[in-house]
Amino acid sequence: MLNLNNVSITFNEGTPDQKNALQRINLDLQKGEFVTVIGSNGAGKSTLMNVISGNLSPDVGDVFIDDKKVTFLPEYKRSTMIGRVFQDPMAGTAPSMTIEENLAMAFSRNKKRRLKRGVTKKRKDFFQEYLTTLNLGLEDRLTAKVGLLSGGERQALSLLMATFTEPNILLLDEHTAALDPSRAELIIQITEDVVKKFGLTTLMVTHNMQQALDLGSRLIMMDKGQIILDINGDKKRELTIEDLLQEFKRIRGEQFESDRAVLG
Amino acid sequence: MLISLFGAVESGVIYAIMALGVYLSFRVLDFPDLTVDGSFVTGAGLTAISIVNGVPPVLATVLGAMAGFIAGCITGVLHTKGKINALLSGILMMIALYSINLRIMGQPTVSMLNESTIFQQLEAIWSRLGIDAFFNGILTALGADRVPTTWVIVIVMIIVTLGIKFLTDYYLKTEVGLALRATGDNQKMIRSLSANTDSLIIVGIGISNGLVALSGALIAQHGGFANVNMGIGMIVIGLASVIVGEAIFGKRTIAIATIAVIGGAVVYRIVVTLALQVDFLESGDMKLITAILVIIALIAPKMIQARKEQKRRLRKRAELSAQVEEA
Ligand SMILES: Nc1ncnc2c1ncn2[C@@H]1O[C@H](COP(=O)(O)OP(=O)(O)OP(=O)(O)O)[C@@H](O)[C@H]1O
Ligand SMILES: [Mg+2]
Repeated sequence: MLNLNNVSITFNEGTPDQKNALQRINLDLQKGEFVTVIGSNGAGKSTLMNVISGNLSPDVGDVFIDDKKVTFLPEYKRSTMIGRVFQDPMAGTAPSMTIEENLAMAFSRNKKRRLKRGVTKKRKDFFQEYLTTLNLGLEDRLTAKVGLLSGGERQALSLLMATFTEPNILLLDEHTAALDPSRAELIIQITEDVVKKFGLTTLMVTHNMQQALDLGSRLIMMDKGQIILDINGDKKRELTIEDLLQEFKRIRGEQFESDRAVLG
Repeated sequence: MLISLFGAVESGVIYAIMALGVYLSFRVLDFPDLTVDGSFVTGAGLTAISIVNGVPPVLATVLGAMAGFIAGCITGVLHTKGKINALLSGILMMIALYSINLRIMGQPTVSMLNESTIFQQLEAIWSRLGIDAFFNGILTALGADRVPTTWVIVIVMIIVTLGIKFLTDYYLKTEVGLALRATGDNQKMIRSLSANTDSLIIVGIGISNGLVALSGALIAQHGGFANVNMGIGMIVIGLASVIVGEAIFGKRTIAIATIAVIGGAVVYRIVVTLALQVDFLESGDMKLITAILVIIALIAPKMIQARKEQKRRLRKRAELSAQVEEA
């Protein structure tokens, strides 16, 4: 489904600021796999997401989606296949437009946009039905401007917008980081539900180790632009936070540095 | 007085098309586009020179609008593909157009006084209908001593401008239109929803300047001439129409916002006309009056809002202290 072949990215090459954000990354995702991604700040997780989405193109290496080489396909073309939710709740929606208009735009993601009405009666019913699954009462506020929603409500909406067209790949980059614990919990719940419902191939970045262990079928750990740990199946199920920290120490010969990561 | 107000409404409705164009770039795409000063003249100039050379006025008008569309597209390309700052792309295009307009026109002023323009053709059809006599009859009955020579321009232009308004409203609600609005609202988001923001900006700024040039083409035919300097300050007049309109009529939905823009353009013309009636003001003062009008329209709604808020708080405080006294 998704293949990364020897992908490397260096920022500010040849300056004192040089950063090897990704170093020879190889990654193969099967259809329906749900991968959680952990790693300290600056490990390259967001860069990895951006390379997959087409927001960045790799210096060397290739990206394949469904065996099709997409390395140089621009972001807007690739996004017919990719659903994304960003860390910033402001980033995933258009604030001055209404809930139904935002949903209509997401609905057009994998289709050609035409000169036909975006919000039709039929679509409205469909949106309403979907929003009901969120249990946030958004189904009664279809014509409210999205700018009026709380961060959690927006993130739930973004999640719905990213998933309801059943993308080939779903990218979640710390999409609960800006929310309070109970809202974060809710968003995680919704994430689990939709991923399961559509069997979406998913990459989810999180700083919450427990979350990374509880969710998904596979876990990868990144450090300094490399994937240093890749665990799936039964082994992942038995994994504990303690194991992860031990493992990091064994591989890197140092303490896991991000304290944010140990929290939760 | 009545006649000059009538004239103000007449040209206001024509300028409203330009203001709708400015609304598209400035408000919908959030793109402060200064191409307007140039593209207005491109529309006027190309249409005038075409008419002088025997092109049928309707076709000449369409040509003018298309030239404006192309100019806008180039500004869009400069910004998206050339990665030039929005303001600067517009300024560059504006000064480039000054030379281009002179080339198109061949001289600084093209007169159409001896030509038949779109309005004269309409008038010829119109005069047979006897509608003027009807409206002027009402005016005379109301006590007017002088009546407008023809109603055709104002009536046809109201229909055309409203038609453009409804088309714009519809367009902004289509799938493409939604993506266009999102491009002005949150580019990162709409790109992640597979919209090509570059082409949306290029086409959007193109349409915007197409409307501006159409307005220019009609103003030239209305006045009987095109002048290479007639676009100077046009962007400010467009902004004034948008901002004054929004301040007076609101902007809650797109349909309201676009009618507000049209209203704003007419109000602007009326204010200018009234200001010119004041003895010590001269036509050279118009730019200053425009600036002051925009400033008022920007500040007044905020001040009114703040006043209301303050009153509300004072009332709450009064209620609270009344309760405390009772207890
Ligand atoms: N556009 C850029 N230009 C220069 N350096 C960059 C750029 N984007 C990322 N970097 C650097 O690349 C490294 C990896 O960044 P990235 O955002 O992928 O980290 P991350 O794993 O997502 O971290 P976090 O957990 O803080 O989100 C960082 O050191 C960052 O400073
Ligand atoms: Mg990150």
